[in-house]
Amino acid sequence: TKGSIRHASVGRIEKVLIANRGEIACRVMRTAKKMGVRSVAVYSDPDRHSMHVAMADEAYHIGPAASQQSYLCMDKILDVAKKSSAQAVHPGYGFLSENTEFAELCKREGIIFIGPPSSAIRDMGIKSTSKYIMSAAGVPIIEGYHGEDQSDERLQSEAARIGYPVMIKAVRGGGGKGMRIALSEAEFHEQLESARREARKSFNDDVMLIEKFVENPRHVEVQVFGDQYGDAVYLFERDCSVQRRHQKIIEEAPGPGISPEVRRKLGEAAVRAAKAVNYVGAGTVEFIMDAQHNFYFMEMNTRLQVEHPVSEMITGTDLVEWQLRVAAGEKLPLTQEQIVLRGHSFEARIYAEDPNNNFLPGAGPLLHLSTPQGDQCTRIETGVREGDEVSAHYDPMIAKLVVWGEDRSAALKRLRYCLRQYNIVGLNTNIDFLLSLSGHPEFEAGNVHTSFIPQHYDQLFPAVQRPSGEVLCQAALGLLLREKQHTEKYRNQSSDMYSPFASSNGRRLNVLHCRNLTLQLGDNKVPLSVTYNPDGTYSMETGGQVFHVSGELQLEGDVTYLWCSVNGVLSRPKLVILDNTVHIFSMEGSAQVDVPVPKFLVGVSGSSAQGGAVAPMTGTIEKVLVKVGDSVQKGDPLMVMIAMKMEHTIRAPKAGVIKRVFFKEGSQANRHAALVEMEEEEGAEAE
Amino acid sequence: RHRSVNVAVSRLYHADKVATVGSQPDSQSPVFQENYERMQALVKELKDRAERIKLGGGEKARNLHTSRGKLLPRERIDRLLDPGSPFLEFSQFAGYQLYGKEEVPAGGIITGIGRVSGVECIIVANDATVKGGTYYPVTVKKHLRAQEIAQQNYLPCIYLVDSGGANLPRQADVFPDRDHFGRIFFNQARLSSEGIAQIAVVMGSCTAGGAYVPAMADESIIVRKQGTIFLGGPPLVKAATGEEVSAEDLGGADLHCRKSGVTDHYALDDNHALHLARKAVRSLNYKKNLDVTVEPPEAPLFPADELYGIVGDNLKRNFDIREVIARIVDGSKFDEFKAFYGDTLVTGFARIFGYPVGIIGNNGVLFSESAKKGTHFIELCCQRNIPLLFLQNITGFMVGREYEAGGIAKDGAKMVTAVACANVPKITVIIGGSYGAGNYGMCGRAYGPRFLYMWPNSRISVMGGEQAATVLATITKDQKAREGKEFTPEQEAAMKEPIIKRFEEEGNPYFSSARLWDDGIIDPADTRLVLGLSLSAALNAPTQKTRFGVFRM
Repeated sequence: TKGSIRHASVGRIEKVLIANRGEIACRVMRTAKKMGVRSVAVYSDPDRHSMHVAMADEAYHIGPAASQQSYLCMDKILDVAKKSSAQAVHPGYGFLSENTEFAELCKREGIIFIGPPSSAIRDMGIKSTSKYIMSAAGVPIIEGYHGEDQSDERLQSEAARIGYPVMIKAVRGGGGKGMRIALSEAEFHEQLESARREARKSFNDDVMLIEKFVENPRHVEVQVFGDQYGDAVYLFERDCSVQRRHQKIIEEAPGPGISPEVRRKLGEAAVRAAKAVNYVGAGTVEFIMDAQHNFYFMEMNTRLQVEHPVSEMITGTDLVEWQLRVAAGEKLPLTQEQIVLRGHSFEARIYAEDPNNNFLPGAGPLLHLSTPQGDQCTRIETGVREGDEVSAHYDPMIAKLVVWGEDRSAALKRLRYCLRQYNIVGLNTNIDFLLSLSGHPEFEAGNVHTSFIPQHYDQLFPAVQRPSGEVLCQAALGLLLREKQHTEKYRNQSSDMYSPFASSNGRRLNVLHCRNLTLQLGDNKVPLSVTYNPDGTYSMETGGQVFHVSGELQLEGDVTYLWCSVNGVLSRPKLVILDNTVHIFSMEGSAQVDVPVPKFLVGVSGSSAQGGAVAPMTGTIEKVLVKVGDSVQKGDPLMVMIAMKMEHTIRAPKAGVIKRVFFKEGSQANRHAALVEMEEEEGAEAE
Repeated sequence: RHRSVNVAVSRLYHADKVATVGSQPDSQSPVFQENYERMQALVKELKDRAERIKLGGGEKARNLHTSRGKLLPRERIDRLLDPGSPFLEFSQFAGYQLYGKEEVPAGGIITGIGRVSGVECIIVANDATVKGGTYYPVTVKKHLRAQEIAQQNYLPCIYLVDSGGANLPRQADVFPDRDHFGRIFFNQARLSSEGIAQIAVVMGSCTAGGAYVPAMADESIIVRKQGTIFLGGPPLVKAATGEEVSAEDLGGADLHCRKSGVTDHYALDDNHALHLARKAVRSLNYKKNLDVTVEPPEAPLFPADELYGIVGDNLKRNFDIREVIARIVDGSKFDEFKAFYGDTLVTGFARIFGYPVGIIGNNGVLFSESAKKGTHFIELCCQRNIPLLFLQNITGFMVGREYEAGGIAKDGAKMVTAVACANVPKITVIIGGSYGAGNYGMCGRAYGPRFLYMWPNSRISVMGGEQAATVLATITKDQKAREGKEFTPEQEAAMKEPIIKRFEEEGNPYFSSARLWDDGIIDPADTRLVLGLSLSAALNAPTQKTRFGVFRM
C-alpha cells in the first residue's frame, strides 16, 4: 500500500530513549528490559533522584524543572539520543508525544519516532480536518454547523437538519460560558439569544456553532494498532466516562453493557479511521455514545494513552512491546481474529489532589507509601516510591492501579480490595474518593456517563465519620507500642541488655499505672485513659466506654502492621505514625488521629497542626504582606503563595508581632516550611 | 570417628545444662487451698491500702492542687519517667497509722527508682496535697533513705520539689539531730561530690531550708508562676523588714532565672519542667557499666501465684524454700551449693532477669554447719562479685547446751561477720519470720542491704510473741517462787496475753514499713520483678572489693 512505501523503515532497536518521566517512562523501560532493549532516560533538575532515572540503563540531565526547558525541549532530547546512540525515541504520553515537528525532526535525524507518521498526527490534531476525514471514511460523526452565515434563519435550519436536541456553542467559548441547549425547535430562538448575550459579555464575540447534543453521554474509546504495512487492528473499547475537571479518573475495558454487535461496529469504525490516515503504532479513537449506544467520532489520540493497560489486561498483550516491534518494522504480532477479549479490567488513577476541595491538585512528599502486592491480575503503574516528592511542576498523578477479573463484578471487587491497601501519607489523595466512587451502586451497575460525579455528588462525598472508640484504642495502642520501641533503643546504648526497667510494662508496686492521654480529632480533643495491666494488656477508657486492648507491632518489609485485639476482636491494620499523627489503614477504611503537641514543643516541631504560619504546600511566594515588627491580628494575611497554579493566602494563626520573615518574594517554599516567626504576646497567649 | 564427634558435642551440650528446682504443688490439697486463700486476702488488703495511699491527700487538697494547673505528684513522676517505665516505689506505707489521727499517706513524699532518658534515677517527689508537703519526721527519714539508696547504688537524683518545709509543730523531731532535715543538704553536697547528679525541679514552694534543695542541686529547673524559692517568705520578710513583696517577685522563676541565677532552666508549666528534667538527664553523659555477666532471661517454670498456696500466712507451717526459689529465678534454674551439708540453709547460684545472684534461703533453724556453709557461700559471692539475695524466714540460731558447747555463737558470728562485711549488693526479702540473731545472719536492716522488702504475711521481732511471753512469764514465775508467792495459770495467761498482742502488732509488716524498717511491702507474686528491678538498680554502682573481718575459728 501507499503507507508501507512511505514509511517502511526496517531497523533494529537495541536502545530506546524515553522522552518522558514518571510512570509511563517506567512502564516503557519495563518492557524494554524484558525485550533486551537498553533504555535511556532524560531528567530535569527535580527528577534527578526519581524512579525512572534509577530504572534506566543510562540517564541524561536535560535542564531545569520547567517542561519548556526540559521534557519539551526537542533539541536537547535529540542531542541525548545522538549522544547515547539510541535508535529510537519513545515519547510516552503528553510532552512531545503528539508533536508533529518532533516526529519530523526525529525522522530527519534518522531516529525512529515510536508513534504514527507526522502526517497522521497533524491530520488528527486539527478537529475540523479529522472530522472531515472520518466522515469521508464512513465513520459516524457528530453533526454540526460551523459556518460563517450567522443569521437566525440559517442557524435554525441547520439545527433542524442536525436534529434536536442541539447544543448552541460560542466558537470562542469555554468553561460552559456562551453555551445553551435547545431541546426543541420551540425554544431554539430563546436559547440562541441567551447564548449570544453571554458570549458577547464574556468574549466580546457572538459567533455560534451548532452541534448535536448528546445527553449524559458516555466516553467510549477504541484502542487501535497499525503497522507499516497498512494493516490495522482494534483491541476493543474502553469506557472512560467517569471524569472530574474533564479528566479521566477511572477507566474500564470492555465498556459495560455494550453488546458484541456494537463492540464489533465500534472496532471496525475505529480501524477504518486509523486506515484513513495510514496510522502506524498505538492510537485511540474516541467516541461519544448516547443512551441508545449510538456512537459518534470525537477525535483520535495519536499516542499510547494513560489508560492503555486495561486494554492489555483484557487481550493479554503488551502494547509497548507492540510499539517497539512495529516501529522496528515488524508486522502486527496478532491478527484481528487472534485478538480475543477475556474478562474485565479497571484502572483507577491515584492523584495527589483534594476531592473535598474541588479536586484541587496537590504536591508534596510521599512520607508513607504502601501498595497492594502486584501480581498477574494486579498492576501498579507508578513512577514514585516512598520518600519521593510529587512535584508541583508536573502531573500530580501518583499511580495507576490496574486490576483484572473474570467479569466486571470480580474486577470491581478486586479494585476496591486493592484500593484499600493503597495507603499514602504526606499529601491528600483521591483514594477514599475512588473507593466511594467504585462502590456506588450505579457504578456497580455500569450506569456510567460523563456527568456521573456531579449527578451523584452527595453520595460520593459522605459526611466525614468520627473514628469509633475501637479505632481510638488502636491509635493509642500504636502510640504506646511505638514508645516502647523508642525505649528499647536506650538498651542498645549499654551492656545492660535485659534490665526489666527497659520493659515498658508500666509496672507499679501494689497499684496499677494509669495514664491520661489526649488525642485530637480535627479540632476536638478526646481524652483517653490507659491502665497498664500486669499481664501486659491495657484497659482503655474513652467516651464512657472501656476497652480491653492488647497487641504488638509487626514489621513486614517496610510496612508496620498493628496486630491488635480490642475487646477480643482481632485485627491487623497498617499503622503509620508521622509528624504527631497516627494513620490507621484497614479494610474498613482509613482513620487519622492526631496527638496534640505540648505548647513548649511547638517551636521545635515541624508540624503545622499547631497553626504556625507554614506553607500549606510547596510553592512560590508571590507576595510578602508583612515585615518584621508588624503587629498582626489572628487571620490577617501574611503572604500570598502560588502553588499548583492556585493562589493561597497564608494568614496569621494568632495575634502577635512578626519576629522574622523567612522568605522573600519570588522564593520557593517547601510544604510545611515556616514562613514567619511570631513573637508570642504574653496576654494573648495566657488563656 | 563420627561417633566421637557426637559424644563431644553432646557433652558440650550437657555441660551447659542446669538442673531446675521446684515441683508441681498439689493445688487441691486443703493446706494449699487454705494457704492460697489467706495469702490472697493479705495481698488484697495490701492493694486496697496502697490504692488509698496512691490518692495522697484528701479530695479537697487534690482539687485545689490541680485547679492551679499543677500535676499530682504521681502524674509528675509518670511524665518524668520514660513512657511505660516501671517505677520501683519505696515505702508506700511510710507514716501508716504513725501519727494517730493525722494521716500522712506515703509519708507525704514519694520516692523510688525509674528510668529517665534511659538512666535509672532516684526520684523524690513531695506531695503537696499531704499537709502542704511539709516534712514530718518520717518524711525526712524517707527522703534520707532515698538519698542513701542513691549513694549506695550510684543513682542520679531528681527532686520534684513542692514543699512548705519542716512541719513546724514537730520541729524538734525534724530539725536538730544528725539524721534530720539538714542531712538532706549534707547528702546533696556529698552525693554531688561523688559524681552522683543532683537535679531539682521547683514545682511549688521551696521555703527556708527547702530553698537549699534547688540551690544545692547541680542543675535546677523552675516553673514560672508556680515555683518559688526564698529563705524567708513574704510574711517573714514583712515581719523582719516591713517590706511588702509578692511571692513571685520575691522568689519566682523570672527572678531566679534572670537575676539571681539560683535556677538554670525556665519552664512554662509542669509538663515543660519535666521535659527539661529529662533533657538534663540526657546531658549527664551517663553510661551504666555492668561488672557482671548477663544472660537472656527466662520466665520461671511455675506460676508466681503458687507462692500463695506454698507459703500461706501460718508461720508455723514448713515449706521448702526451693519451691520459692523455683518461682523467682530464671527458668527455675538453681545451682545448689553444698546441698547435703547444713541443709537448714539453702545456698546456690541462679539468675534473675539475666543478672547473676547468689541465693541464701532458710529451710529451718540455723545450726553451726548451716552458719559455716552460709559464711563460705558469702565468701564465694564476694570473690566472684555476685550479688547476694537473702530469703529470710528464720526463727533464729539453734539453742541448747549441746549447741552452745558446739560453738554456735562462734559459728553464727562468722556468718554475721561475713554478711556485715560483704560489699557485693545485698538484697533481703523477708518472706516469713524474722527473729533474733537470725535477722542478723540473714542480713536484716542493720546489715545494710541495698534493698529490704517484706511479704504481707511476714513478722519481725526480737523473738516470737509466744516465746517472749513465755520468757517473761518464766522470769516472773521464778521471781514469785523466790518470794514464795503463787503464780496461777490464770495470772500467767493474763500476763502473756498483752505481750503476745503487742508483739503481734509491732511485728506486723505495716508497723515496720510505717517506720521505714524496710523499703516496702510487696505482693509475693511480684517478688521476681521487684528483685529484677532492684538488681538492675544496684548494678549501677561500681564494684567494691570486700575485706572480711576476723573470723573466730
